[in-house]
Amino acid sequence: MGNHGRFEGCIGVRQSIIHWFRFASPQSFYPLAGRMIPWFWAAAAISGIAGLWISFFVAPTDAQQGEGYRIIFVHVPASWMSMFIYLVMAFWAGLGLALNTRVSAMMAQALAPTGALMAALSLLTGAFWGKPMWGAWWVWDARLTSELILFFLYLGFMALQAAIDDPRRADKAGAILALVGVVNIPIIYFSVKWWNTLHQGSTINLTKAPSMAQTMLWGMLLMAFAFWMYSIAVALTRVRAIILERERHTEWVKHAVE
Amino acid sequence: MNALLATVRRDILLALRRKSEVLTAVFFFVIVTSLFPLGIGPEPLLLKKIAPGILWVAALLATLLGLPRLFAADHVDGTLEQMALSPSPLGLLVAGKILAHWLLCGLPLVLLAPVLGLQFDLDASALGILTLALLLGTPLLSLIGAIGAALTLGVRGGGVLLALLVLPLYIPALIFGAGAVEAHIAGLDVGGHLSLLAAMLVLAAFFAPWATTAALRVALE
Repeated sequence: MGNHGRFEGCIGVRQSIIHWFRFASPQSFYPLAGRMIPWFWAAAAISGIAGLWISFFVAPTDAQQGEGYRIIFVHVPASWMSMFIYLVMAFWAGLGLALNTRVSAMMAQALAPTGALMAALSLLTGAFWGKPMWGAWWVWDARLTSELILFFLYLGFMALQAAIDDPRRADKAGAILALVGVVNIPIIYFSVKWWNTLHQGSTINLTKAPSMAQTMLWGMLLMAFAFWMYSIAVALTRVRAIILERERHTEWVKHAVE
Repeated sequence: MNALLATVRRDILLALRRKSEVLTAVFFFVIVTSLFPLGIGPEPLLLKKIAPGILWVAALLATLLGLPRLFAADHVDGTLEQMALSPSPLGLLVAGKILAHWLLCGLPLVLLAPVLGLQFDLDASALGILTLALLLGTPLLSLIGAIGAALTLGVRGGGVLLALLVLPLYIPALIFGAGAVEAHIAGLDVGGHLSLLAAMLVLAAFFAPWATTAALRVALE
């Protein structure tokens, strides 16, 4: 909290740049997050409703897959988010480790459950899609397997943070784990991919995407946008709760809760 | 370098005074691999096909069994703090501890694997590839595992948590290690698998002691 004041005092010239560091303090980030959350929720609701309407009522029935393909409007954005959130989480965790900014570490902690939810949603919707299309709930496809491993990595991160009582140590340990995970994700992905091609013939190929109708693409993009907005809104809501919990000994939290 | 060797000698000496801890992991490896034929049935063709996977998964689990002890005793009696304060860089001492852990937990598995492979009717050349793959792979397991061991040091429910953290990171080693033997049995070239294992080992040898040291410093704060 005291840091930003010092920064601004010494480096007057670079005020406009340094100004952003103000929000690295929980006290100033808390109200900012509170002001942003309704906008993200609104964006998520509007684009979500529009995206669902397009994907259920406007997008044409797929020639090969029938109506069952419509689950990809949830499945694909969830898979994208699950991968992207891990990168964002590792970024904030690394920033927290390097600069010792508390909000960064709290942000990483707030993102993990959403990322895990997206990975679980991706696996679940993938299974629902796979049953009618492939006749199996689960196949050891490279993408499915990597997604499952990504889900395990999220669980490991959350379990490690939950097991350590001291929040500062939990942040740092979690950050190291997240960074180790980020280095390993490409290695895991390519090893799983190679393992898959070695073991399995090309019975199932997820990569050959049929040329998508324009409305399908719009539905997908709107849904992806809605997932983005939802993830940001939920992460900000959660980070506010974490800030309150961790800063409960301070005066401003007592005032804020009143 | 002397500090590294001194750490290795010390850890090995300590382990030899308490042989049961090392032997437990080795016996675990033997028992787990022997359980699979009992669960699956004694068909030689099937067993031969799944042997590389079984031996590798058992090696993963046996390595995991020894990991919580890597830093725990030194943490409890304060040795680890002395190491952090000593003039030698902590990373070097940590590398020594990891090397000692591999010599105690990894190397016995490498030496035992060909014998256990006989149970699964693997021929001599396949046993050779299996041993070579384990020789490259088990140090990798020790290096990655050390990061997990340092992160979970003194943490509630550390052992189970360690498995959750480390096992997903072990997957590439498992894939290429077991894959090398399977490729050999299928008559394919194994050079690619072994090169990738070696590449991962070099990468881990460079980064893992560093990450482990960072995690230990967090635990010691």
